[in-house]
Amino acid sequence: MWQRNHKSSEERKLELRLGPPGEESPNESIKKCNRERNESSLTLGYFSTQKISSSDKPGPGGAMLPSAWPSTSYHQHQPKAKASFLQLQSCPKNMIVMGKDVPQLCCVENKTFSPSSANTAVSKRTASGPVVGWPPIRSFRKNIASGSTSKLPSGSHQHQHVVKDKVAGKNSGKGLFVKINMDGVPIGRKVDINAYDSYEKLSSAVDELFRGLLVELNLSHVGSSSCYSGQRDSCAGGNQNKEEEKKANTGLLVGSGEYTLVYEDNEGDRMLVGDVPWHMFVSTVKRVRVLKRSDLPAFTHSSKQN
Amino acid sequence: MAYTFSFPEEVLEHVFSFIESEKDRNAISLVCKSWYEIERWCRRRVFVGNCYAVSPMMVIKRFPEVRSIALKGKPHFADFNLVPEGWGGYVCPWIAAMACAFPWLEEIRLKRMVITDESLELIAKSFKNFKVLVLTSCEGFTTDGLAAIAANCRFASFIFLISQVLNLLDFNFVFELVLNKGHKFESKLCLCLVNLRELDLQESEVEDLSGHWLSHFPDSYTSLVSLNISCLGNEVSLSSLERLLGRCPNLQTLRLNRAVPLDRLPNLLRRCPQLVELGTGVYSTEMRPEVFSNLEAAFSGCKQLKSLSGFWDVLPSYLPAVYPICSRLTSLNLSYAIVQSSDLIKLISQCPSLLRLWVLDYIEDAGLYALAASCKDLRELRVFPSDPFGLEPNVALTEQGLVSVSEGCPKLQSVLYFCRQMSNAALNTIARNRPNLTRFRLCIIEPRTPDYITLEPLDSGFGAIVEHCKDLQRLSLSGLLTDRVFEYIGTYGKKLEMLSVAFAGDSDLGLHHVLSGCDNLRKLEIRDCPFGDKALLANAAKLETMRSLWMSSCSVSYGACKLLGQKMPRLNVEVIDERGPPDSRPESCPVEKLYIYRTIAGPRLDMPGFVWTMEDDSSLGLE
Repeated sequence: MWQRNHKSSEERKLELRLGPPGEESPNESIKKCNRERNESSLTLGYFSTQKISSSDKPGPGGAMLPSAWPSTSYHQHQPKAKASFLQLQSCPKNMIVMGKDVPQLCCVENKTFSPSSANTAVSKRTASGPVVGWPPIRSFRKNIASGSTSKLPSGSHQHQHVVKDKVAGKNSGKGLFVKINMDGVPIGRKVDINAYDSYEKLSSAVDELFRGLLVELNLSHVGSSSCYSGQRDSCAGGNQNKEEEKKANTGLLVGSGEYTLVYEDNEGDRMLVGDVPWHMFVSTVKRVRVLKRSDLPAFTHSSKQN
Repeated sequence: MAYTFSFPEEVLEHVFSFIESEKDRNAISLVCKSWYEIERWCRRRVFVGNCYAVSPMMVIKRFPEVRSIALKGKPHFADFNLVPEGWGGYVCPWIAAMACAFPWLEEIRLKRMVITDESLELIAKSFKNFKVLVLTSCEGFTTDGLAAIAANCRFASFIFLISQVLNLLDFNFVFELVLNKGHKFESKLCLCLVNLRELDLQESEVEDLSGHWLSHFPDSYTSLVSLNISCLGNEVSLSSLERLLGRCPNLQTLRLNRAVPLDRLPNLLRRCPQLVELGTGVYSTEMRPEVFSNLEAAFSGCKQLKSLSGFWDVLPSYLPAVYPICSRLTSLNLSYAIVQSSDLIKLISQCPSLLRLWVLDYIEDAGLYALAASCKDLRELRVFPSDPFGLEPNVALTEQGLVSVSEGCPKLQSVLYFCRQMSNAALNTIARNRPNLTRFRLCIIEPRTPDYITLEPLDSGFGAIVEHCKDLQRLSLSGLLTDRVFEYIGTYGKKLEMLSVAFAGDSDLGLHHVLSGCDNLRKLEIRDCPFGDKALLANAAKLETMRSLWMSSCSVSYGACKLLGQKMPRLNVEVIDERGPPDSRPESCPVEKLYIYRTIAGPRLDMPGFVWTMEDDSSLGLE
């Protein structure tokens, strides 16, 4: 039996503990614990798509806009860099020392992971879509305004409202159009986030959107048509053919290209696209921006550490 | 200076008999071994908050003389369809065990459990002195099972006898046989007078197989005290009902179902003028003056009536029929009544003694203002949404209504409020007005709605609630909330026992604040929050001090669940996942739903295919 007072030192190591910053042993034990956990049977996964590879994945770092909440980003680097949506945490005095290696999402072959199909409906809620078990009222209270005189199954009433505002698409909710701007491109675009169900698809859509535009720009300004790196003046020097090919295959987005997708969320913060589960992204994204990676100093900082 | 004296056990037992509260009884049993022994032999009431926390045999072994038992099964979120069908909560093993062990059992109260007709029949035949059956939000039974209870608690001995003699398999046939007046068993039937006092089907789902089950109460049966059939869909035989009411002089509570027409209500009321609590049936009919005056007179005749409910399909012109009794009313449940604010105001203004009001948001801010002006004794307010799935507000109900009530009703303790907008300023005001709040459940209908004035999260508003309401026991959050609100809750919510969280928080820090800060936390239910493994694992020991933790649509990985299950043998860590075995996905994959509860009964054995329990394998010497 695992009793609090009779733990072996090994068990102690495995136990995540807390302490205020500055206390060595809890921090140490947590670091050790995390490392050991990494090596133990508890596999900590990371969110990755072909486009957004975790090894290049930087923390949000200093590019963050100040916000009303003390969202000093904090993360502790582990031997293997792991993507995590714990990147931004508010840091009150008694913060947990936590590593980044939170297993948030699993990679399931070609499927975009979402916690469950129920969750997709649940959390991908837009202003109107029905969510399971929300609002939290009992079934017999659901049909009152409709004037039904018998106990209808709650689903039928929900369907009425669902039909009312839209589409029998796989996504509940009407189109969620957000502005997307790209560095160096004066005219922005709009993209319907709800038309996609994964970051991969969004990435390639954004790629499509801007690639054409960049090509035009490049043609008109520079005359070089094969460089997709999007720089108006010219392509970055050296590693061209491979890079270009790679970019051609994977698009100009994070990880393999010179650009990074960031977005502004419902709290006005700038966030790196890809940190959070897709459904959470959908529910918090307000606008998207395609940034040059060189614009984000923190990225280079963490890439050094990787 | 310690001294010992011997006190006769009988004296101690007599003293203990005045101690009713569970908590006090538990405290007594911890004083010393002899007190433990004495107490356990004289405990008559047992409350099991989670039917899987302990096994029937354990309860029976410790408390051999129980007369009354209450059991709860499914987690609270089952009320909102978050727990899949077939999850569990079967009462059958309890009934079977108690049938042997507690022949003198008098009361069974169940909440969110599955009870079959067979179990009901077992109850009817096993407990000679059975008096009270309360099934709240239960399922799995039909009116056939109810008929078994209604007929006779000692019925089984006849059945047994008859079965042996006649080898009959058809229970209904036996029913008719025994109930038949001219039958030779009649004399025995009279002797075994059913002492059943309370048959209460609160909000249970009952498959209505026959409308005649009421008639299975034998004519000799007169001891009914409470009858609540408001959840039954079918019509019941009104003549049977009238006869039943007429011969039960002790009837205090009658809650009818919607199918009982309004023009029959006066007749029913005349049969039981001693009623204290009444739930009407449908509250409209053709407008006829004689019906109205009949109704008004019948209500006036009920001098003890204090509580009204029902009011389906209200025709407002019939509402004044209750005016004569309004001044005595302490409880009013209008949560099915589609009535405009102006009519509600007229009614409520006449109820100065009101302690409890449940109403739809048709009451609007204006009605709540009137409530605050008229009902100075109000303790509990619940405002339900009339159009919960509508996109736009359909009524003029805002945060202001709640603010008015918090200002005007100094004794307000318990609030459940559905609305579409809220502000930190309003919450602050409410908190300062009503530091005596013990239950505060706010549901802003659209998830993650910010303060509508400042567009900020509602952290500081809820923070004010927990800070000022020092005795707050129950809290439900909604709206846009960051980790900050959980910091407040952990800091100030020291008396908090139950917390419900949805679509809130940013990180594990939020969960950590709650688990590490709320000293009295017993039940925590979370859905759609970005809480993962860290806080859970870091606070594993805390979970043993709580009844249960529910997390759905969060980010707890299967691996963490396994780890928790391995390390904490006194917790059952149950993964609910309808996608198939969690083993078939990477360990880092979050589980759909997670239900963790402390138990001394080990993992349960009745799990359906979509529930996996994380084994405790401390014996394997992990790592």
